[in-house]
Parts: sequence; C-alpha cells; structure tokens
Amino acid sequence: MAGVAFIGGFCIMTIEMLGARILSPYFGGSLSVWGSIITIFMLALALGYLLGGRLSTRDPNGMTFAGFFIGAAVFSLPVILFADAIMEPIFLAIEDPRYGSLFAAIFLFFIPTSILGMISPYSVRLMVETQEHSGHMAGLLYFISTLGSAAGTLGTSFYFVLWFEVNQILWGAVVALIAAAGIILVAHHATTPQALKQDKRYANKRA
Amino acid sequence: MQTKGPKLPGLLLVAALLLSQSSVLSAAETIHEERSKYRDITVTQTGDRRCLLFNVHRGDRNQTCVMVNDRDRLVFDYTRMSFAGLLLKPDPQRILVIGLGGGSIPLTFADLFPTAEIDIVEIDEAVVRVAEEFFFFAETPNMSVYVDDGRPFIKRAGIRGQSYDYVVLDAFSGDYIPEHMLTLEFLEEVKRIMTADGVIVANTFSTSRLYDHESVTYQHAFSDFYNFKLPSSGNRIIIARLDTLPPRSELVDQAQQLYVSLEKYGVPLLEYPRRLSTRVDWDMSRRVLTDQYSPGNLLQDN
Repeated sequence: MAGVAFIGGFCIMTIEMLGARILSPYFGGSLSVWGSIITIFMLALALGYLLGGRLSTRDPNGMTFAGFFIGAAVFSLPVILFADAIMEPIFLAIEDPRYGSLFAAIFLFFIPTSILGMISPYSVRLMVETQEHSGHMAGLLYFISTLGSAAGTLGTSFYFVLWFEVNQILWGAVVALIAAAGIILVAHHATTPQALKQDKRYANKRA
Repeated sequence: MQTKGPKLPGLLLVAALLLSQSSVLSAAETIHEERSKYRDITVTQTGDRRCLLFNVHRGDRNQTCVMVNDRDRLVFDYTRMSFAGLLLKPDPQRILVIGLGGGSIPLTFADLFPTAEIDIVEIDEAVVRVAEEFFFFAETPNMSVYVDDGRPFIKRAGIRGQSYDYVVLDAFSGDYIPEHMLTLEFLEEVKRIMTADGVIVANTFSTSRLYDHESVTYQHAFSDFYNFKLPSSGNRIIIARLDTLPPRSELVDQAQQLYVSLEKYGVPLLEYPRRLSTRVDWDMSRRVLTDQYSPGNLLQDN
C-alpha cells in the first residue's frame, strides 16, 4: 500500500512539472502559465479527494483501488498522444495566454489528476482497521504519498528532463501507474479470502 | 550576458565575492531598484554611463548601458553585433525584436530606418517601464511594444501570415533561460515569419554545453549560419537566413556601403565580415533541442 501511494504522489508531480513544458510552446513560459497549471492541479486534486472519500464509503475494495491507477494511466494518454491537437484550437480561440493556458491545463490535466487525487482518501479507508488508528493511518499515507510527490518533483526537474524526452517521461509515469495497479490486484487476490472472512464476521456481528 | 553565481564554494570565497561585488556597486550609484514578476531590476549610473542590471545579487552583469550625453552610441559589443545582419539585409522594412532590455537596439533601428515598422516583444512590463523612464526609450509611430512571451507572439504572427525581414532574438539574457525559445520547433516558427530575403540575428550562449546544443539546433533549422564572435565579447551571435549564405565578397561590399551610416552608433561594420565564421567549432554529436527535449537551464551549468 505504501509503495503504490508513493507512486501515485510521484506521478502527480511528475506530470505537473512537465505541464509547464508542454504548455510553453503555445502559451509561453510566463508566470501565469505556472499559475494556470498549479490552479488546475489543486482543483483537480480537491475534487479527487472529495470523490475518493465518497467512494470509499461504498464497499471499499482493491479492485476499485486498482481501477484508479488504471484510469489515471488511461486519461494521461491524451497528454502524450493529442497534446498539440488539444492546445492548438485553444491557442487559436483565446488570445490571452493566461486564459489560454488555464483552459489547456483543464483539458489536458484535470481528469487524470482528479483520479490520482482519489487514491489517498481511498487508501486510508483500505488501511484503517479501527477507528483509533484512522488518524495514524491517514497521516502515514499522506506522509508517503507526499514523499512520492517530492521525489517526483525533484527527479523530473533535476534529472528526467536532462535524460529523456517529455513523452518518454510521461510513458514512464503511465507504466508506473499500471504497475501499481498490478501490484494492488495481486495483493488483493492474496488477501481476498481473509477479507471475505472479515466481511463474514462483520456480517455475522450485524446479524 | 550571463555570469555564474557562486556555486557552493567555501564560505570565504562567497564572502570575497560579495565584497568584490559590493565594492563594484558602490562605485556606481544606484538610481532605481525594483522587483518585477521575473527579476530584480537595478539601474546604476557611473558618471555619464547608465546601466540596466538584472538579478544583481546573483552576480549578473550589465544587460545594457547608455551614455546619457551620447545616447546614439551603443555601449556593448553584443548590441553593436546585432546590426551585423544588415550585411545580409541592408534595408529592412519590417523588424521584430524579441527582448527589449534598455531599448537601444530598436531605437537604433528606428533612427536608421525611419520608415521601417518595428515590433518589439518583451515579457516583463517592468522592463518596458524602466526603459522608458531611464533609457530614453519611447515608441515612435512606426513602433509597437507588445508585453508578451516571444514564442506565442511568433506563433500567432505566423498563423496570421505576418512576416518580418529582420528578426532579433535577444531574450536569453539574465538568469532566466526561456527553454521554449531554444528549440527546433521554435526556429521553424521563426522561419515561417521570415521573408524570403529576411535575416535572423540571435544573441545566444557562448559558453557551457548549451553552446553545442544550440549550434546543432540552428544547424538543423537553417543548415548553415554565421557564427559571430568577437575576442572582446563573451557573446556569440548567430546570423542566418532562409536562403544559402552569400559569398564573403558580398558581405565586404555591403559593409563598405553601410559603415558610414553606422559610425555614429559606434558599430565597426567594416571589421565584421571577416568575423562571420561558418566553421563548425562545436560538438556535432550533441542532441538537437526540441519541445520534447530542452533542458537549457540544466545544460548551462555544465
């Protein structure tokens, strides 16, 4: 669980750091372009936290959790494959680079980032066994995913852009997200009998 | 253009640098200081010499200077070198300058070619204000200043079918390197707005690994270009056009016709033709800078 939370945090910031580079050919490198990107990432994460928390109240399970990673990977693909096709009409329609970059950031990054935002609250629900531990678990998971974010920021801005092309780095993030989903599914499979037992106990207790 | 700031040397060295810097500054009187969205701007004056400095605390050199009692004279080599493009395009009518600085390049163009239309793109509105207030910059009827990023401005100009016959790229000064204006895709967009006989003059990096990467990128975009360096200057100017480069004799002829009109600005045009080199003096195996790969700020330090 710790590993996949780390990967989620890592990928959020890797994509965010590359965001400015992706937008700059159309909207320039001004401060407002960074402003657009950070705003959209914050809003997307906020929505993701809300939805992820909400979803965790309904039958929390590893399959759904793995689905977040796969969803984030799939919705990151347009950034790799169709970035120009998405940005060009926005560039033509909106002259002001502030709003141009804001709309481009929405269309490119909002959905994958929202999905990545669902990971943290959902993982808290999966990890928490007792009420007393919930704060501890939430703290631990946010600690790990934020460490991942720090590593993603540093790795991308210091090294990856020096070694790889933007799209190669994005493909790396996609592969990492899918690998995380794989890890969750394997772990889920291994623990399902136990989980079922727990569920049964729970059901018996209720009955 | 660019000097490197202290990079974690011993404390003593830092202290020594700070001391030497402050003694340099105390000789010059600071007449204006402000922090803009992009940089710290300082205006100093020593006698008649007034200078614009960016990010002085991080050790940048002067961006531009003017002599307040001899405003026509161009103080810096790189500013003078920007007019070497006239050897290829002696009568520009549509001029684009990316990066205003103190405004001495566009002012000189306006003075030389009163009927030419001059568009200037400067990302930092504070620089425009300081140029007007302290460096005698003023828009003429044929001149427009756009506060915008150079890349989207050029992309949009290309889509609108606008063209220029003299393009000056001077956006790479200060410690902010706009990486999106070093790429092959950007140069293709510049080519799109150049007239068939137009010329591009780019003030670029003369040191560090970036020199190799940039040279390879310009080579890809323009196949051949003039590499223009002077022993007295740390700058390297790239001069290119869409067509193949003319024989040197043509440059010499142009220099002889033009040098008188450039004398009052202090541009030694007659010396320039022999300094325009097409010799490859960079590592050709370096990667081309593209929108996918452009770590200019990281390459600069090595």
